[in-house]
Amino acid sequence: MNRTSLSQDPAPAAGTSRFAARTARIPASAGVGFKHSHLEAILDDPDPVGFLEVHAENYMGDGGFPHRALERVRRDFPLSLHGVCMSIGGPQPLSEDHLTRFKALVDRYEPGLVSEHLAWSTHDDVFMNDLLPLPYTDETLAHVCEHIDRMQSVIGRQMLLENPSTYVVFENSTMSETDFIREIVRRTGCGLLLDVNNVFVSATNHGFSPLSYLMDYPMEHVGEIHLAGHAVQEDDEGEPLLIDSHDAPVADAVWDLYAIVVRQAGPIPTLIEWDSDLPDWPVLRSEAAAADRILDEVAHSFMMGKSHGKISHAVG
Amino acid sequence: MPLVSDIHDLDAAGFRAAILDPARGRPQTVTGPHGKQADKRFNVYRNNVTVSLINALADTFPAVQRITGETFFRDMAREFVRARPPVSPLLFLYGHEFPAFIADFEHAAQMPYLADVARVERAWLTAYHAADLEPLAPQALAAIDPAHLADVTFRPHPAAALVRSRFAVFDIFDANRSHDSVGRIDAARAQSVLVTRPGTEVMVTALPDGHDAFFECLLSGGTLGEAAEAGMAAAETFDINEAIGGILSTGAFIAAETAQ
Repeated sequence: MNRTSLSQDPAPAAGTSRFAARTARIPASAGVGFKHSHLEAILDDPDPVGFLEVHAENYMGDGGFPHRALERVRRDFPLSLHGVCMSIGGPQPLSEDHLTRFKALVDRYEPGLVSEHLAWSTHDDVFMNDLLPLPYTDETLAHVCEHIDRMQSVIGRQMLLENPSTYVVFENSTMSETDFIREIVRRTGCGLLLDVNNVFVSATNHGFSPLSYLMDYPMEHVGEIHLAGHAVQEDDEGEPLLIDSHDAPVADAVWDLYAIVVRQAGPIPTLIEWDSDLPDWPVLRSEAAAADRILDEVAHSFMMGKSHGKISHAVG
Repeated sequence: MPLVSDIHDLDAAGFRAAILDPARGRPQTVTGPHGKQADKRFNVYRNNVTVSLINALADTFPAVQRITGETFFRDMAREFVRARPPVSPLLFLYGHEFPAFIADFEHAAQMPYLADVARVERAWLTAYHAADLEPLAPQALAAIDPAHLADVTFRPHPAAALVRSRFAVFDIFDANRSHDSVGRIDAARAQSVLVTRPGTEVMVTALPDGHDAFFECLLSGGTLGEAAEAGMAAAETFDINEAIGGILSTGAFIAAETAQ
């Protein structure tokens, strides 16, 4: 690795961006989750990906190599900042410490998109390092909206909320996930990160049609799409239970759903997530290229006639 | 808080309690779709939480895992995760209590050096993420009037940590973090290491005899004169010029301060 390429950037002048204008906005093309083991390959790739996304918590240390690496790629790439641990779906107020750290990253790296999850991970000061599910009730809706309001006001900008993959349901839920999400958007003005793999995982696990979920989903608010691989286990009855494992290529069925979504909604920034059992760079790069092929085809048809692009057309 | 607002809290509390205690059943409100059972479904969350935290410990303590073997390590880490789950969402802060847990872990009693290796690995990760501060420059030390040198104190770099051990902790750490096969190590040879990060790379230095007492004194705010005395008391071979060279080469400090 070329360590000398990781020297610290000079401090920005007041009121100006430290980064090139071309890297400010996330393009409607494919990006990948940034892993340090791919740093050199990403910088050397003659056909660079459209953007990079990082998990915010990995850059909440004071200094050292993680910040050097992120500073370096941020010079060349638009950045999406994806929070994993804000615990927006929990009953307790958000951690002010965590909000402060998050805001510092937004200020420092000027991401084009900021997102978090409809899930929780911390309760009574125990951090469980997983995206845990919540019942969908008036009470949880109020908590989630309070938390999103708080986060958006601290970071001073809109965030995107990601739909979860779940393995259980709650007897006390009183509304559907899509109704819950639509109401969050209405009350908070947040945007949405549509994880198509999560839709497929939850649909399989809970026995509903992924297309009917997507038809009910407020697609006009989607600012980013996630695609990832999943693993297959068995539920208590011996039927398939899909696990959102992020350790494999995107499944064919998820590619098919993705194509349906972007044909209806138009080109949207699309991230390939791969977080464990990391492949060599060319494998991850080819997954992004596959998403770009679908996006290019969609962009082409959007140029040819805008009438194809109305999301109000029924899906499926 | 009105009673009606407590349901979400009770749901989350029940979920959390059941996740960390496999003897507990799943929360009452959690079920499968269309009347399906949910024991295996709930266990996905238990498994995600436990395995991801064990993996985080394995990432932080790779030499400990190499010494114990994977099965032993994961069994030990599972007990730790259940007894001491993380309190911060920043997993690079997790595991500060793991070395003490290892020291008390009955099945690791045959490896009395293991806890000290874990201390070095924990210090390594702290150094990796520490703030970017320039180490003390040789000129800054040279500029001090020699008459006042004995009274100088040093401000530690946030990456700096000293691990003193009755065992060959540097040799064991170093061999088990390399990709080479581990040769024969005389574990009973006492060693101390200084962990620092003068640039982007973490530096782990085996200290000559007496330098552990010297750096321990300086890191806890003692003067250079006091540290030199501590070094000389600890080892006949202690050389003050070599020790001052170590202050500069390791980057353990960011400033030298005179008393006036």
